[in-house]
Amino acid sequence: MSAGTYTPRPGAAPLPRMIAAQAALETRMLLRNGEQLLLTVVIPTLLLVLFSSVDIIDTGAGEPVGFLTPGVLALAVMSTAFTGQAIATGFERRYGVLKRLGASPLPRWGLMAAKTLAVLVTEVLQIVLLTVIAFALGWSPEGNAFAVLLLLLLGTMAFSGLGLLMAGTLKAEATLAAANLVFLLLLVGGGVIVPLDRFPDAAQSVLGLLPISALSGGLRDVLQHGAPMPWGDAAVLAVWSLLGLGAAGRFFRWE
Amino acid sequence: MGALRAGRRPDLREGREDVGEPGAPGPSPARLDLPAMSSEPVVQARGLVKRYGTKTAVDGLGLEVAAGTVTAVLGPNGAGKTTTVEMCEGYRRPDGGTVRVLGLDPVADAAALRPRIGVMLQSGGVYSGARADEMLRHMAKLHAHPLDVGALVERLGLGSCGRTTYRRLSGGQQQRLALAMAVVGRPELVFLDEPTAGLDPQARRSTWDLIRELRADGVSVVLTTHFMDEAEELADDVAVIDAGRVVAQGSPEQLRRGGAENTLRFTGRPGLDLASLLKALPDGSEAAELTTGAYRITGRIDPELLATVTSWCAQHGVMPDGIAVERHTLEDVFLELTGKELRA
Ligand SMILES: Nc1ncnc2c1ncn2[C@@H]1O[C@H](COP(=O)(O)OP(=O)(O)OP(=O)(O)O)[C@@H](O)[C@H]1O
Ligand SMILES: [Mg+2]
Repeated sequence: MSAGTYTPRPGAAPLPRMIAAQAALETRMLLRNGEQLLLTVVIPTLLLVLFSSVDIIDTGAGEPVGFLTPGVLALAVMSTAFTGQAIATGFERRYGVLKRLGASPLPRWGLMAAKTLAVLVTEVLQIVLLTVIAFALGWSPEGNAFAVLLLLLLGTMAFSGLGLLMAGTLKAEATLAAANLVFLLLLVGGGVIVPLDRFPDAAQSVLGLLPISALSGGLRDVLQHGAPMPWGDAAVLAVWSLLGLGAAGRFFRWE
Repeated sequence: MGALRAGRRPDLREGREDVGEPGAPGPSPARLDLPAMSSEPVVQARGLVKRYGTKTAVDGLGLEVAAGTVTAVLGPNGAGKTTTVEMCEGYRRPDGGTVRVLGLDPVADAAALRPRIGVMLQSGGVYSGARADEMLRHMAKLHAHPLDVGALVERLGLGSCGRTTYRRLSGGQQQRLALAMAVVGRPELVFLDEPTAGLDPQARRSTWDLIRELRADGVSVVLTTHFMDEAEELADDVAVIDAGRVVAQGSPEQLRRGGAENTLRFTGRPGLDLASLLKALPDGSEAAELTTGAYRITGRIDPELLATVTSWCAQHGVMPDGIAVERHTLEDVFLELTGKELRA
């Protein structure tokens, strides 16, 4: 490189370009990570295929795929917005990635916006994949698409808030363990593949307030039973969003 | 070097009258003359304090970096180098004192400052799943007029990393990537926290060359290091810090001259009249017969002094054998200033 190569010429790129670049990088990092793919793609797909073709769980009246698909879509949202995001962000914090980006021209809110975009892009890919598989398994959804979209967005907000709260306050290893454990517990106890009415009444009323139950239950009401907008579930998700994002905003530590 | 008066703190301010530096308050760190500054300092820190709990990591530190120069912050582990640099970068808020970087407050004016500075952290800072060129290209996209990434990758020998992701790069490759990330946005000022730690000699040289090229093109550089030779090779100005304070600052040459006296040794006939020799030498010189016929002169050893000694010997019919001049390194200076080895 010749003389004058490094002559200062500082300047930030335009904000939309920075955010787009950051979102593209974050998405690539998510899709490149094997463990993340297991969580976000392989597990939901396997559950959908396995439980709709083999009669292991009594999913109530109707085709199993009609019950399972909304649950698995909820699981996909949780796996990306919560588990995947928490683990990835926890390690980015631990390895100084968040810190280093903090000295770049990209503002912090821009980084968060890019992370959200990356989560949404990943979710779209997951949902497309799972929907195609569900149709192949004979799925025939009901309901209105707007209600489904709103629930998915609220669910993403609720899970992102909780995931970021975890990533920004716990150690990376603790986040890794806790995020996986929570994923497993909510998979079993959140109405994803096991209907909530299999649990004792007392447990049901508590489990029903979990974000995963609100999301899977709400999606099921719309997609399986053709219900209008399930405001109760939407309200539960909105409260989780407020709590999670509020606490994350307050307690998140960048280093 | 056992001859040093370890633990004693020489008065580095002795030389100040020569350079006409205006008087600074007494307890402030020794400060030698700086090259004439053409413009505002790019970093100006005064009385910086940073505490972690009860521990004071940085304790009333002052630092000034002239535009277009390379400044080395030199000190042992835990001296407060990273803490100091990170207060300049806006990562840590000082508990006391003020710092201005390019005339801005690094915390309050962060948004305006960030595009203008380049940062190399002491470690980390890269997605573990990212490839070197991918991360560099990304940093380039965050800037308006970045360097040519391909050329920079070649320049730093990162071309061979290929598709290897960051976590599998060697320590030296990771280090060079972090350096590249600091310069790719064409900043006015770069902060490099131990840029050559863990590099092999060849990579170290190439990093030094890059730092020299940066300076030649008008980029100001602040780097931290444990390595005396690095500071001597690269820096226009060195701030020696220990326990959170600047214990000496000046060019490497000034520090060597002012901080530690040099030594001239020779052997000759036993029992020379040292009082007579001392009369011929400049004030402040010392002479001693260490063992029979082995002489040591300490003080400011320059060509005139050497000539004076040899002509005195000629007049007294003495053949000085094995004349040796020991010039002290910054390493000695550090030992002398702090009573500690730089690296334990
Ligand atoms: N975040 C922190 N919390 C508590 N103590 C800290 C923190 N960062 C640094 N310290 C302490 O402050 C002192 C100065 O640390 P600093 O990292 O600035 O030293 P350094 O000169 O960069 O050392 P090294 O050469 O090892 O990198 C050390 O005693 C360190 O233990
Ligand atoms: Mg350090």
